Amino acid sequence: MHSIFGQLPRFLSYYNLEFILQAALTTLLLSISGCVFGFIFGFGIAVLRETTGPLWLPLRAAAVLFVEIFRRIPFLVTLFLVFYACQALNLDISVFAVAVASTCIIGAAFLSEVVRTGFDAIPSQEREAAAAMNFTLAQTLFLIVIPQAWRVILPPTFAFFLSFIKDSALASQLGVVELTYSAKVMNNKGFSPVLGFGAALILYFAISYPLARFGLYLEQRLGFSRYRKP
Amino acid sequence: MDFLGIENLKARYGEHVVLNDISMTVEKGEIVSLIGPSGSGKSSLLRALVGLLPVESGEVRLNGEIINYRDKQAVKRLRDRLAIVFQQYNLFQNMDVLRNVMLAPMKVKGWPREECEREATALLEKVGLGAKLHVYPDQLSGGQQQRVALARALALRPEILLLDEVTSALDPELVNEVLDSIRLLASEGMTMIIVSHEMAFVREVSSRVSMMAAGSIVEIGTPDEIFQNPKHERARDFVGKILHR
Ligand SMILES: Nc1ncnc2c1ncn2[C@@H]1O[C@H](COP(=O)(O)OP(=O)(O)OP(=O)(O)O)[C@@H](O)[C@H]1O
Ligand SMILES: [Mg+2]
Repeated sequence: MHSIFGQLPRFLSYYNLEFILQAALTTLLLSISGCVFGFIFGFGIAVLRETTGPLWLPLRAAAVLFVEIFRRIPFLVTLFLVFYACQALNLDISVFAVAVASTCIIGAAFLSEVVRTGFDAIPSQEREAAAAMNFTLAQTLFLIVIPQAWRVILPPTFAFFLSFIKDSALASQLGVVELTYSAKVMNNKGFSPVLGFGAALILYFAISYPLARFGLYLEQRLGFSRYRKP
Repeated sequence: MDFLGIENLKARYGEHVVLNDISMTVEKGEIVSLIGPSGSGKSSLLRALVGLLPVESGEVRLNGEIINYRDKQAVKRLRDRLAIVFQQYNLFQNMDVLRNVMLAPMKVKGWPREECEREATALLEKVGLGAKLHVYPDQLSGGQQQRVALARALALRPEILLLDEVTSALDPELVNEVLDSIRLLASEGMTMIIVSHEMAFVREVSSRVSMMAAGSIVEIGTPDEIFQNPKHERARDFVGKILHR
């Protein structure tokens, strides 16, 4: 205990703090890009899979293939796949960019399934009524299905976001200096693990707690709008 | 020439044939009622007509045009002229009553918003729901939802109205409210195909009655023919049962 307090002033040096916060920023960026772009792409894939007719068939098939593959392989494998694919293609991009691309891929694959489940939860009768009234697919989705689907989509989406922040630690395997990695570095520098990992813990919390609150806020805003009284 | 012609229509759910060789015609301004036991295919026939149940063979003609249900544009044109009120109402749960009624006229027909709102309000008043414009479907009784569905269908200004069990699951008082709305439409000359278990009403408003059983039309004729003098045993059976209930 004594040594931990003894180490504290040295641990809190400007250089160390900058290093740890930089790592936290990396974690934050990785998570946000995975969540935001993953959700946008995932949403697009879910909408694409609602299309009918031969025109969209190739895209639809590609979407199904993409989702079924990347939903099934571990994040770490995706990271290395993207990494080696970039090498094979002679793409000169940073490991951080590789990690961002991977998080987007995984996020899109998982969240497209979440969104699709949300669409499926809306009674088919409402969609039939819309079809019988000549609403287009886009109108049916955006006017009728999606407003009701948020209630089903949001909780698992934010659960995924939160687990995702933790999974972003795997990017350290590629040498991306994110929070967990920075804790290890501090440990290797001879600081007590309590300090390094304690700092990581606080920062992970600082990133995920606001996100969880935001999720609850959205659920209340979007999830229950149909019960709004006149 | 018949306004709506149905010839040898056949449809199935998987192995199960739900519509078997259905042929009938509907003239402009006519009200044809479909009666028959539960599961005889009444709803299926209406669903097939609007293209929600794939037709296997046979022909549907509207105003002389043969409808090819595989042609999306043809189905679109057809749906532009038909409106259906579903047995389960199928209202949009995420919007209030007024928006339910004015949404399609606004978004599908592209009519001006104010006009749609005015017309939707008038229609809802006509079916006795003028006080419920901003209520959500799940806050309404079954009979009220039914009438919203009716107003929603009418807002599209259809040439033919398909009504599925507009009186099922309603208490007698509500039945009368809904039936009054339909009587009014009938008096205005709307062409309708009505599925109903309300035999007194069917006798009163129908030009002709079509009796279905097990996916086929057993007998079709004027209400008097069907109710007083049914030719087929199956029809006699059914009519006997419902009249002596
Ligand atoms: N989605 C479906 N999948 C499979 N079979 C179905 C489906 N919908 C209806 N059926 C079957 O088709 C047959 C006809 O059903 P339909 O709903 O047309 O009957 P109905 O005459 O409208 O009956 P009711 O008076 O009870 O409304 C029934 O045997 C029913 O089980
Ligand atoms: Mg039915």
